[in-house]
Amino acid sequence: MPWSREQLAERAARELRDGFYVNLGIGIPTLVANYIPSGMKVVLQSENGMLGMGPFPYEGEEDADLINAGKQTITQLPMSSYFSSADSFAMIRGGHIDLSVLGGMEVSERGDLANWMVPGKMVKGMGGAMDLVAGVRRVIVVMEHVARDGAPKFKPRCELPLTGAEVVDMLITDLAVFSRADRQGMFELIELASGVSEAEVRAKTTAHYRSGAG
Amino acid sequence: MISKVYASAAAALADIAHDGMTVMSGGFGLCGIPARLIEALRDSGAKGLTVISNNAGIDDAGLGLLLKTHQIRKMVSSYVGENHEFERQYLAGELEIEFNPQGTLAERIRAGGAGILGFYTRTGAGTLVAQGKETRVVNGATYVLETGLTADLALVHAWKGDSEGNLIYRKTARNFNPVMATAGRITVAEVEQLVEVGELDPDAIHTPGIFVQRIVHTGTADGLIERRTLRAREGAAGTASAAAAAGTGH
Repeated sequence: MPWSREQLAERAARELRDGFYVNLGIGIPTLVANYIPSGMKVVLQSENGMLGMGPFPYEGEEDADLINAGKQTITQLPMSSYFSSADSFAMIRGGHIDLSVLGGMEVSERGDLANWMVPGKMVKGMGGAMDLVAGVRRVIVVMEHVARDGAPKFKPRCELPLTGAEVVDMLITDLAVFSRADRQGMFELIELASGVSEAEVRAKTTAHYRSGAG
Repeated sequence: MISKVYASAAAALADIAHDGMTVMSGGFGLCGIPARLIEALRDSGAKGLTVISNNAGIDDAGLGLLLKTHQIRKMVSSYVGENHEFERQYLAGELEIEFNPQGTLAERIRAGGAGILGFYTRTGAGTLVAQGKETRVVNGATYVLETGLTADLALVHAWKGDSEGNLIYRKTARNFNPVMATAGRITVAEVEQLVEVGELDPDAIHTPGIFVQRIVHTGTADGLIERRTLRAREGAAGTASAAAAAGTGH
């Protein structure tokens, strides 16, 4: 059975390591925070200017001056710090953030990511996504394996405008996990969602990848 | 003796707002926006503005007010998703938009304020953002040349300020405000609390007064929240609560 949103987040959380500074994108990536293993220290960065993002506030404790990059109300922790947007992206661009988990529209077999723009539709902007994929040490993309019409989203080349070229280290879809050791390498299929066959993944993927089982 | 303190937001902009000017406006979403100064700029009637701001407000707040009155000709932003009037004007060809990656936007402003002409960044290499820009390949990686940004006028919001223009921001309302304060030929700060010099701890000041030419006391901010997201109290049935974004394992 394909992984649910929660299971995707849980799978992505298995890539967290003790001491990591992590930036989570909007949507499924945000859910990764719910699966940080107990006893592991993970510091969440919010690119609007905060390290040590805490949980959503209780009713009555929300603060308009304290939001995350998705503009949701959040809370601070004892170790939290605040800083300017320039300092925030110095952390991101400067390679100080260990891991970023982002959503995707398309990923190419070379690790290009498209997730910000559909030509012909209203363009909302890339926000911090281009900076994150360009600067964060390890980039994981979480997305559905195929589009609503069944079209593969992990493909030889992205057709949508890119967020970054050759920037993806790991791709987690609702069917499988693909990983590569470096950004010049080929992706390898390393894991299947339970009950999903390698043949099904192959049939729904146009990107070239190495089969871990092969 | 010259004073930086103005009696009102309108007075602070009266002799400087003009058609066609470039304005920086601080804030992230509605958090930390110079709301009173934006209203004063609207009331000044200055039009044909180029506005540099991470976002474009919402329909009834922030820069949305200047969109409604068609005072903005061009926006330089990273994300404008929350504004229907923006979308309408853009699709009708009434409004120009230049998208910058958020970190590139912040650094362009920082560079502009620091007298730096430009910088090379990996951000945007191989994307539409790099089109028409000089690139350099160093150690196999492609870098894009981005230029510094300055403005005729920078509008910022701070929590506390003193009559010298020293500013302290609060929590994530800091965001773009400190860098924009450095990049305005004239920077006007609105502050929730205005105190006498000596009352702020010099070690705690985020923006030194040299960057601020005018300051106006505007009182407590509006407290507008775009996405009020709550967690259920333990034991209570989860209603409004989405997933908790915890910072440590639990």
